[in-house]
Amino acid sequence: MTRKEKRSTLQGLLFIAPWMVGFLALNLYPFCASVWFSLCDYSVLSQQVYLGIRNFQNLIHDPVFWKALTNTLLFAAVSIPLSTIVSIGLAVLLNQPAGAQGFFRTLFFLPCLVPAISLAILWQWMLNGQMGLVNMALRPGLDFLNNLFGCTLRAPDWLNDPSWALWGLVLTGLWGTGQAMVIYLAGLQEIPAELYEAATLDGTSAWQRFLHVTLPMLSPVIFFNVLMGLIGALQTFAVPYILTGGGDGPGRSLLFLATYIYQNAFDFWNMGYASALALVLFLMIAILTLTAVHFGEKKVHYEGR
Amino acid sequence: MKYSPHPLLTSTVALILLGLGWQGCSAGKPKGQAPVVLEYWEKWTGFEREAMARLVDEFNSSQNRIFVRFLSVSRIDQKMMLATAGGVPPDVVGLWDVNLPSYAENNALLPLDRLAREAGLREKDYLPVFWKLCHYRGHQWALPSTPSVVALHWNKKMFREAGLDPERPPRTLAELESFNEKITRKNSDGSLAQIGHMPQEPGWWMPDFPSWFGGASWDGGPHLLLDSPSNRAFFQWLQSYPARFGGSELFKLRGGFGTFASPDNPFFQGKVAMILQGVWMDNFIRQYAPEGFSYGVAPFPESTPHPEAPLTIAQTDILVIPTGTRHPREAMEFISFVQQQKHMESLCMAQRKLSPLAKVSDDFYRRHPHPYLREFQRLSQSPRAQPTLCLPTMREYSNDLIIYSNLVLLGRMNGEQARREMAARQQKSLTAKLDRWERVSAVRTAVWDQELRP
Repeated sequence: MTRKEKRSTLQGLLFIAPWMVGFLALNLYPFCASVWFSLCDYSVLSQQVYLGIRNFQNLIHDPVFWKALTNTLLFAAVSIPLSTIVSIGLAVLLNQPAGAQGFFRTLFFLPCLVPAISLAILWQWMLNGQMGLVNMALRPGLDFLNNLFGCTLRAPDWLNDPSWALWGLVLTGLWGTGQAMVIYLAGLQEIPAELYEAATLDGTSAWQRFLHVTLPMLSPVIFFNVLMGLIGALQTFAVPYILTGGGDGPGRSLLFLATYIYQNAFDFWNMGYASALALVLFLMIAILTLTAVHFGEKKVHYEGR
Repeated sequence: MKYSPHPLLTSTVALILLGLGWQGCSAGKPKGQAPVVLEYWEKWTGFEREAMARLVDEFNSSQNRIFVRFLSVSRIDQKMMLATAGGVPPDVVGLWDVNLPSYAENNALLPLDRLAREAGLREKDYLPVFWKLCHYRGHQWALPSTPSVVALHWNKKMFREAGLDPERPPRTLAELESFNEKITRKNSDGSLAQIGHMPQEPGWWMPDFPSWFGGASWDGGPHLLLDSPSNRAFFQWLQSYPARFGGSELFKLRGGFGTFASPDNPFFQGKVAMILQGVWMDNFIRQYAPEGFSYGVAPFPESTPHPEAPLTIAQTDILVIPTGTRHPREAMEFISFVQQQKHMESLCMAQRKLSPLAKVSDDFYRRHPHPYLREFQRLSQSPRAQPTLCLPTMREYSNDLIIYSNLVLLGRMNGEQARREMAARQQKSLTAKLDRWERVSAVRTAVWDQELRP
């Protein structure tokens, strides 16, 4: 290595040093410590006592863990496809040449600027069973159906009914689709117009053009958004935590793995068990992400390749 | 292009930093000789914080050796735990009594037996129930700041409208439910317009509720008593609510209730006629209830009443010294100052609470704005005034109880099934905590005994 190369390497290392220090102190060390704590009984203030795999054995027999895991996976399975469909739909609509395009794009993106805590408090009132806006909007429709068919449909008590609470949260999640919509919009604008022209000349319908041109060309963006959405959905914490006032929701229907980790670590003084839960969540995210990458890659169309 | 910082920007940042530094150096520091500076964290905000801030100022101006820096902290229990784990705890912390068992067992607190004895603070100076709340596993961990006992509060106007005598509260649980039926009103669509009583409003004392059915929920040792007749009766009582009023209707009515500290409080709004509340409620009534709001206070009805010795649940905010504090003696000097009758009474009066001390001055009764203070003081002196349930697994227990009781009240789970499931889960959790305690108890006790040695 020449003197110049050495100097250049040293400069490079110096530049990345702050990040490296941050990574080692704030990521790698806590991760390794967490792996060790997951094998111990540890309450933060007392010395760790080695338990072997007992925390993991307890976890298997803990019905609350399974409930939290089911809620987390169910939420991811429902909210990701739904928000993907809604945000692509919005992006396609807002990509049409029409008046006040900029205004509507801003309008749909604006909710993303609301902090998660404010959003949750806002939705607490929107989903209120008695005087929430959502139910006020639903009631006339339900009354119409009741009169028409003689049934007794009633607006749900979103946040108090265990059967509806998770769906209320999914509805809340749709509020933030503006972020994905903007990325899809950028992706749509990158699709060459010639492809649409060629498809039109071939006599395809708008739906066929959407299926065979738009979606394949947008697939890398969809893949990215779904992957990020998956990781985000598995780590859901702030909104359900605030929506339920720091609790688990009716019948634990809004208890997610991240919340259960937090409760065990800081409310119940079970940092060892919380670390075991965190490790399980980490492995779950890693496996699901790798699986998605493995299968997604085959379906994604990269124009440059 | 080579980047060079704008001179105006640089000077602005420098000025801000200088300003912050100046603030940091001067904020709250006393003038003159360098005294010992105590960090005191407290959970209170608003008028309760102001009351303690005045007492802190009085302490600071009463001498020049110790300066107390007073800070109002949210989620204080968690922040104290993390600060103590990080080796930089505050010197004095205002916690809740229910925090004591878990904090003491986890070595987060300094035992105060010796320091309190040296400061001349004696058991006979306090009402027994509040003194008891400051003890755990044979050691003293805290001293009370402002205490409370709970009682039935009823809306006299709603009683009158239901054809009940507004001066005659229910005396048994059966009577409470009969009044409840009379007061409850429904709208034309079947939804509830108002209710006489609902267990989940405010629902803050759910873990203590079995006491009104004649029994406890913990034997103080390794066993929870969730199989006891009183607990069975409590869960059956919960189950009767959805059967009578409709589970979803109860929750829909509750969903429309406003915030506790606001004019939309359901008690002030005439949505709930009878509630279980603490001595502080009068302050909120004065602030937020409509003009002419009239209420009464009496012991909460029991399944079998004991008029000569009414039952109440006692709680107290507490002052503790965390493990690892640098100035335990000075911290105790400040706590002792708060415990003096004159100061304790001024604090409790400003917070509209009763006094935890055995001796109460006539002036306290005369100047205290609470119209039912004597009733609360009488309840706190009752031989059946009992400390609130303080388990080492309190957070898990409360969490589970809220979930299971809500399922029962919603009509989604049978009371007996809920009780059984909760008993199994919580007994397991308590056993695990006690196992942990067994492993460390010898070391902990040795450390505490060393702390207590003169």
